[in-house]
Amino acid sequence: MSAATSDAAALDQKSWHARNQIAVTPWLFLAPGVLFFLVYVIFPIFQSFNISLYEWDGLGQADYVGLRNYEDLYWEFVDRDAFYTALWNNLIWLVMYLLAIPAGLFIALFLNQNVWGIRLYKSLFFFPFVISQVVVGLVFTWFYDPTFGLLNTMLGWVGLGPVNVLGDERLVTYGIILAGLWPQTAYCMILYLTGLNAVDPEQVEAGRLDGARGWRMLWYVVIPQLRPATFIAFVVTIIGALRSFDLISIMTQGGPFGSSRVLAFYMFEVALSEYGFRMGYGAAIAVVLFLIMLCFIAYFLFSMWRQERGR
Amino acid sequence: MFPRPIETAAPAAQAAYKTFLPLALILWLAPLLAVAVFSIKPDADFTTGNYWGWPSSFEGAANYGKVFLESDMPRYLLNSVLITVPTVLGAVALSCMTGFALGVYRFRGNLWIFFMFVAGNFVPFQILMVPVRDLTLDLGLYNTKLGLVLFHIAFQTGFCTLFMRNFIRQLPFPLIEAARVEGVAEWRIFWFVVLPLMKPAIAALSVLIFTFIWNDYFWAVVLTQGVESQPVTAGITSFNAQYRAAYHLMSAGSIVAALPPVAMFFLMQRHFIAGLTLGAVK
Repeated sequence: MSAATSDAAALDQKSWHARNQIAVTPWLFLAPGVLFFLVYVIFPIFQSFNISLYEWDGLGQADYVGLRNYEDLYWEFVDRDAFYTALWNNLIWLVMYLLAIPAGLFIALFLNQNVWGIRLYKSLFFFPFVISQVVVGLVFTWFYDPTFGLLNTMLGWVGLGPVNVLGDERLVTYGIILAGLWPQTAYCMILYLTGLNAVDPEQVEAGRLDGARGWRMLWYVVIPQLRPATFIAFVVTIIGALRSFDLISIMTQGGPFGSSRVLAFYMFEVALSEYGFRMGYGAAIAVVLFLIMLCFIAYFLFSMWRQERGR
Repeated sequence: MFPRPIETAAPAAQAAYKTFLPLALILWLAPLLAVAVFSIKPDADFTTGNYWGWPSSFEGAANYGKVFLESDMPRYLLNSVLITVPTVLGAVALSCMTGFALGVYRFRGNLWIFFMFVAGNFVPFQILMVPVRDLTLDLGLYNTKLGLVLFHIAFQTGFCTLFMRNFIRQLPFPLIEAARVEGVAEWRIFWFVVLPLMKPAIAALSVLIFTFIWNDYFWAVVLTQGVESQPVTAGITSFNAQYRAAYHLMSAGSIVAALPPVAMFFLMQRHFIAGLTLGAVK
């Protein structure tokens, strides 16, 4: 009797399993990844929003202060000329970093040939992207060095005086961005090289027969076909620009006089450095940076959603 | 092909292109070549101001020997390996599963979960910094490799899921249908049908994640402190503080720190580029 019921239960269980297998399996497969991602990425975003409403040194009691951290940022009560300089520099980063896209396209067009050894050339041009930004930062710090740097040595050849790029408040951000553009251009280049490979040769030939050459061919025939590559280049460049931290930390530590800070670095400086552990204030800066990024994320997701629907 | 193949151009233009190509490359890599030159120069050249002249002697072996034998560099390199390899394994394993679930099954919320991964992958690190550091402290994992590895796995799962899911969507779906008709259990479909087809994606993701994690600096600074757990990107700054103004050693150290991803790239070039450019072509 009892054996029979357990058999029936097993059968029932099996059939339940068989019936619902397709509904249950995806959740089992998703569970570990989603759990990890929620704990380490999604929840912390909301926690940061919450922390930004407190004054907290990371150890002791956290005091609820409402929106005061944001007011301090807005009026720059705590650090004079820090927040808006960082915000402005972020904007410069965003705009200047996008130069990596045309520059990458230019190099890709230059290298899209079939001469001997071109594959090696392509890999070597891509090289800067593989190197860590820390090393890129060091390399460019020495490149800019006013006493022995390669830049000033080369300027000396044509009779131009030494420029202390990283010591000059007006130049420093552009100098760091240039260092960042080096690997980023390489990235965009490789995207476009792949894209150019897939450009329809018949359309190019048809364009040639219609008398399209050079610029007109590039603009009206080739670039429209490179759209997917351009979209990815745009996404990774925007993300890269707003994540700029490594180079600033290595090359200038935000200096001189905080003139090369961006929000990402300023936040780190406030929350985790010898200037004190102002976690709430740092979280408020992070929230501002996040909201800027959110505009782009929304746009990226919207584009992807449109593609998904089109499928 | 665009631009017009150079073989069809005049011989003079061809010759010009072929001479300009190496020149452009040298110019492009100049900052790096400079460091490479620095790293084989003797100390004396820097004190006498012979920065860009011919090295007075070639001290490559001595400089690199010093980096490997007399500094903490080998320790940092080992830490980097012990952080990077488990992260690659963990993130790829998790994302094979999430990618399979999101790529093969149709269910309510599929796209929402997918977009959660994609969006999370794009957020600035700073918004995560304070809570993640707290969490790591609470778990007693601050300043350990494990603490860093756990975070990296979780964060990289976002990008890896995006990648894997799109890859699985391109696989021939009738294959899975056929297996279902045969009555093959779903997990066996994953293991015996889909996973073998994912090998190229796994290879591409592994080299990409290896490079990303090896080159990570921000989280290394936030979650680790000392020589016992810091990876080489963070270690190089203490290395440089130790050898301040010893440019030959700093250069050699930088090159050593940069080398593993470079080697990875050259060995696995095809996979690396396939991974980076997924989606660049429709």
